[in-house]
Amino acid sequence: VFKRFVEIGRVAFISFGPHAGKLVAIVDVIDQNRALVDGPCSGVRRQAMPFKCMQLTDFVLKFPHSARQKCVRLAWEKENINEKWAATRWAKKIEAREKKAKMTDFDRYKVMKAKKMRNRIIKHEMKKLQRLAAKKGKKPEKPEKSEKPEKAPKSAKVQKAQKAQK
Amino acid sequence: MAGEKAAGEKKAAGEKKPGKKKTGEKKPAEQKAGQREVGEKKKKIKKHHASRNPVLARGIGRYSRSAMYARKALYKRKYTAPETKIEKKKKEKPRATITKPVGGDKNGGSRVVKIRKMPRYYPTEDVPRKLLSHGKKPFCQHKRRLRASITPGTVLILLTGRHRGKRVVFLKQLATGLLLVTGPLAVNRVPLRRAHQKFVIATSTKVDISGVKIPKHLTDAYFKKKRLRKPKHQEGEIFDTEKEKYEITEQRKTDQKAVDSQILARIKKVPQLRGYLRSTFCLSNGVYPHKLVF
Repeated sequence: VFKRFVEIGRVAFISFGPHAGKLVAIVDVIDQNRALVDGPCSGVRRQAMPFKCMQLTDFVLKFPHSARQKCVRLAWEKENINEKWAATRWAKKIEAREKKAKMTDFDRYKVMKAKKMRNRIIKHEMKKLQRLAAKKGKKPEKPEKSEKPEKAPKSAKVQKAQKAQK
Repeated sequence: MAGEKAAGEKKAAGEKKPGKKKTGEKKPAEQKAGQREVGEKKKKIKKHHASRNPVLARGIGRYSRSAMYARKALYKRKYTAPETKIEKKKKEKPRATITKPVGGDKNGGSRVVKIRKMPRYYPTEDVPRKLLSHGKKPFCQHKRRLRASITPGTVLILLTGRHRGKRVVFLKQLATGLLLVTGPLAVNRVPLRRAHQKFVIATSTKVDISGVKIPKHLTDAYFKKKRLRKPKHQEGEIFDTEKEKYEITEQRKTDQKAVDSQILARIKKVPQLRGYLRSTFCLSNGVYPHKLVF
């Protein structure tokens, strides 16, 4: 039922508070509500932090409890947590949300145009397939949803979105 | 005596033509007096001299009446009698009051106004009272401000007027503080026009307008609305003579072309900008202006 546990070395994401948005490693448990936490590679000083503001990630580091910052840093860099984190969907979603909030009026226009074009392409392909299916036989066949035409316009849209954000 | 002499010589320098001096101290005193005279001649003409008649004993002076007459140079000072009333009346005096016409019914038609008014400030008060109109400047002297987000070449969104929602290029701020703005006309049918700063959203999109030359005759007077107000008291025909239909003058067309040709070239360089300027701004479900970044 539960897959991620609070343990020594668990990397957690801070969701609110002064260090919101940073990653930390759990070094030790103080009591039911707080943990000793350290984020040498993410700019968080070693401190006590309540569990409520932490969200557990999939990453676990190997170091003994109450290890000093140097050890935590070594373990962090050995596992390359920063890069692994950036590759997760979670981090990508956060980044996308931030970019969306920063969109200017011009960017919104460009995204609208890109979306429109993409939807047109998809609709076009769909209609084609529907017509084919209707022609083939008078038996109502479910229109095949092919993956190919959808992926091509998707990548074009992602490119446009990236362009706009830059 | 020595003290009086010194005082006498100092003050003698102040006068236009100094009185008699003691011979003993003539030379150095003369030099000083000469220098001082040139400087002080322009400053002070009247300065009351100390008594030129040294006191020998109480009530007895050193010099006689005639000697004093000469010492005080009274042969030069002649005083006339004060003006009589008749002479005063005959003299031309400057006008003290003026009558000004006043409008409105039941106002008596005119007021008598003093030309030179009594002062506001008498030195008994600590600080002079300020005029009621203190610090109130006429409109032409007001300070004009421009938001930092609005620079030449910014794309603005008009919020009011017949062109509301349209995206438009900002050119410059005019003397009254209004913004000179253009569509350009070929893109969204907004001509060279004035817009008010407060009724405009400044986006962060900027067009590079660095080399564009805007003709200097585009001022507020050029854009001001013209109204014919000369009723010739012909009832029934008044409304026909006034300008109902606005006609675009040839000058406006040439000015528009001159400015737009320069701007269109720069707009075409930025991809999708032309389409952006052609579109209009609108809100829809889930879009909140306070959350939008412009």
